[in-house]
Amino acid sequence: MKNKILKLLEGDARLTDKQLAIMLGVDEAEIRKEIDSLEKSGTILGYKTIVDWEKTERESVTAMIEVKLTPQRDRGFDRVAEKIYNYPEVQAVYLMSGAYDLSVLIEGKTMKEVAYFVSQKLSTIDSVTSTATHFVLHKYKDKGILYDAPEADERGTFN
Amino acid sequence: MIDYSKVLSQTVVNTPKSGIRKFFDLMNTMSDVVGLTVGEPDFQTPWHIREAGIESLEKGRTYYTANAGLMELRSEINNYMSRRFGVSYEPEKEVIVTVGGSEAIDIAFRSVIEPGDEIIVPTPSFVCYAPLAKMSGAVPVILETKLEDNFKINPEALKAAITSKTKMLVLPYPNNPTGAIMTKGELEEIAAILRGTNILVLSDEIYAELTYTGTHCSIASLEGMKERTIIASGFSKAYAMTGWRLGYICAPAPLAEQMLKIHQYGIMSSPTTSQFAAVEALKNGDDDIKMMRDEYNRRRRYIYNGLKSIGIESFEPEGAFYIFPRISDFGLSGEEFCNKLLYDYKCAIVPGSAFGEAGNNFARISYAYSIKHITQALERIEAFVKSL
Repeated sequence: MKNKILKLLEGDARLTDKQLAIMLGVDEAEIRKEIDSLEKSGTILGYKTIVDWEKTERESVTAMIEVKLTPQRDRGFDRVAEKIYNYPEVQAVYLMSGAYDLSVLIEGKTMKEVAYFVSQKLSTIDSVTSTATHFVLHKYKDKGILYDAPEADERGTFN
Repeated sequence: MIDYSKVLSQTVVNTPKSGIRKFFDLMNTMSDVVGLTVGEPDFQTPWHIREAGIESLEKGRTYYTANAGLMELRSEINNYMSRRFGVSYEPEKEVIVTVGGSEAIDIAFRSVIEPGDEIIVPTPSFVCYAPLAKMSGAVPVILETKLEDNFKINPEALKAAITSKTKMLVLPYPNNPTGAIMTKGELEEIAAILRGTNILVLSDEIYAELTYTGTHCSIASLEGMKERTIIASGFSKAYAMTGWRLGYICAPAPLAEQMLKIHQYGIMSSPTTSQFAAVEALKNGDDDIKMMRDEYNRRRRYIYNGLKSIGIESFEPEGAFYIFPRISDFGLSGEEFCNKLLYDYKCAIVPGSAFGEAGNNFARISYAYSIKHITQALERIEAFVKSL
């Protein structure tokens, strides 16, 4: 039941308890209980809106930065990761296998702002040995959602 | 000048246009309509299946296939029927790949009908049976199923409908538009009536995979029934492949042999691209079916409860993707209700009369739509019902 609820909420976070209860064929109270426990255990971390900022006036650029590190004694990469993810402009930090160590997703107003972050904040961290910044030119699909205008329902309209 | 009234076939001229189509045409003249009308999945064909079709084009496989369809596809159809419904067919002699389930129904009728033969057609049901029966020279005998019987075939009513001229019984379950299914036990009662007669069964199992309260049972899997059963099915509903136009027939060899002639001369072979895609669907599409069925099932519960909470009681559908509420409780015929709902509240549902007179007091609501879309439509229906 937990996984079924998670799957539905992952697709649409705005489904109400009542809607979930009907769709899954259980009591509303049971849904509430499950969601409360999922929130408490940190399985559900939040409910956010997916925004295509390209459709607004707001300037924004996204970059993915590959970061190579020298691990610190006893603490591995955790301390550096923490240092990086505490910057509010950092959207995501992943520890990676392969050619580099951390993948940092950052969102800024302009390329200059991102460049400033990389040169002044990221590169100056002691254990950071190198960075490679890749700017996102266009988002086609993110979090399972298509960014370009969703196609209209054409069923039954061909004459 | 040519006098068309003298050249046209009177059988065809006297065949009415599809009632669903009429309603669609009306709906398409209006804007901002929220419709729950269509009888096809809102999913796109799963990508790996589309890719298989594309790959066949890239490789230049643009030729005819064998009349009965690609051998690999016929083998996969047999594998599928065996693993899902426990009934097997010889790919060489008992399987024909058709242009949709509709062609399957058409050639099934035409291969067995002598003028004046009767075909028993339970209604409410999909629009094609009676017109195709007539065009094949048969007399359709309408067997009205009732809400009290959960829209299943009542064995006593079936017995009463059988005459010395009865050639075939159409078995349209899971049912469009009612959402009714027939369980193994209920099919057994029908089988008991037909065994020992020369009456055939056309079992239209196009919605077999969309059964929510158990697993579909094919009447062909019951003892002594395979020899008299023609299964018509296809890829449209289970795999969201309506536009590929691909269906199939499974039938005993002596019947399939004759049907193949009609298909051979009338069609030649079904679309090749679609056949290659269908091979992929049968080989690797079981998970897709499950994903879509689970989603329809959630919507089924949602719309059933949603209608209930706004005061519209309906028979709880167990298959397909339609719900069929009785509208006459509001003092309107199905047609009046649907017209008013469309003109005054811009919400479209299909009058039950499109599926036979037995549907006059009902309306068909499709739930092959997103929850968001269904919610929007329910709001409009609620506003309309409150105004009555």
